[in-house]
Amino acid sequence: MDFSNRYIVTFATGLCLVCSLIVSSIAVGLKDRIEANKLLDKRTMVLRVAGLVEREAKPTMEEVEIYFENIETIVIERGSGSVLDVEPATVDPRKQAKAAGLSSKVSGVFAKESALKSVADRQLVYLVRTPGKESVVFPVYGNGLWSTMYGFLCLKPDLKEVVGIIYYEQGETAGLGGEVENPTWLDKWPGKKGLDDRDTILVEVVKSGQVKDPTTQVDGISGATITSVAVTSMLRFWFSDEGYGPALANIRNAANGG
Amino acid sequence: MNAASKRILVDPLHVDNPITLQVLGICSALAVTTKLETALVMSAALTFVMVLSNVSISLLRNMIPSSIRIITQLAIIASLVIIADQILKAFVYDVSKQLSVFVGLIITNCIVMGRAEAFAMANGPRKSFIDGLGNSLGYAVILLIVAFFRELFGSGKIYGMTVMETVNNGGWYNPNGLMVLSPGAFFLIGFIIWVQRAVTKSLQEEN
Repeated sequence: MDFSNRYIVTFATGLCLVCSLIVSSIAVGLKDRIEANKLLDKRTMVLRVAGLVEREAKPTMEEVEIYFENIETIVIERGSGSVLDVEPATVDPRKQAKAAGLSSKVSGVFAKESALKSVADRQLVYLVRTPGKESVVFPVYGNGLWSTMYGFLCLKPDLKEVVGIIYYEQGETAGLGGEVENPTWLDKWPGKKGLDDRDTILVEVVKSGQVKDPTTQVDGISGATITSVAVTSMLRFWFSDEGYGPALANIRNAANGG
Repeated sequence: MNAASKRILVDPLHVDNPITLQVLGICSALAVTTKLETALVMSAALTFVMVLSNVSISLLRNMIPSSIRIITQLAIIASLVIIADQILKAFVYDVSKQLSVFVGLIITNCIVMGRAEAFAMANGPRKSFIDGLGNSLGYAVILLIVAFFRELFGSGKIYGMTVMETVNNGGWYNPNGLMVLSPGAFFLIGFIIWVQRAVTKSLQEEN
């Protein structure tokens, strides 16, 4: 069949219009639901790592809201360490990781170790004030073997002991590096030493079967050396001067006092 | 259903299977088959995209100028893929997180465009619907078989339920690391092709 050029252009324009209309109306229609899912997922992870719900639990939005009445989300500035008085909802460290004016480059040894080039200046920290379960939840992320691994490390309010760790998004090899999500492995973390008196992170992952100091060392995942090393690297980065370091004193005060 | 339609539906399941006979769509067959759950959702997403793309392209087939037919097909398929992705994110968020980019990559799945170009452009919507369904089921069958064995031997589970307790969890089963890696899927698909050809003599080439 032969079509005139005018027909072809009209057809192409018409098709694009129809397709974009359908796609955008569906995207807009589902947006709220998707955003709610993301928020629920993230908040559920905070509850799990802080031990407020079971690790397999899937609380509903309403249940999560109730828990979050006792959880304060604070915004800290990475460089200065000060607690900023801004609405936490406006801070999205992941989106802002490379945004001009809102992020800064990672320098020196940490750029190599954590393989992060640029990190958002504003970070969220969750202060859990549920009686008997007080803790502080720090978002941590860094590059593993294949993927960027996103997770939370939860410390006691004095930051000296690990409450738990969790990874909520990672694309490591299923069955090997993917075992960072394995409950049995995650169970090795609670009770390990967190920060020392000079705010250096003590807990680390060592090669599988080579734990010498059980108070600080976590047995690595066998067959997943790079993923295991990445976990240690990201913790060292996030608790260094380039990460939460400068803010730790403020966070500790906020967690214990106000 | 007459004999011709039945063949359109059944052939892709076995003697004209898109994965094992035409060797299309291998990339996602490797990527999403470490677990049955992801394989199942991926198959459902592909079925949705393929059936709708086949039907809509077939309906438009006499209006599509041949000089821009490929990009037209692509536009339709891409729109459907985005819709499928959004729906998954809205309703089964957990699984969509695991499938990550692979739903989006349905766009590049050769089966979808192959059927659009080879079948839907030349046949009516009813037949194209059956063809789309047949081919997605053919894809699904292989994905599920591969995922079943990979999940069973790679992590000792069937559809997330533990059948063989792994050593990591304090059990006895030492999981086969090959199965969780992509090459494991290659071996399994190779085995399936072998079995298929051994069983059905008509698939064997004459020397």
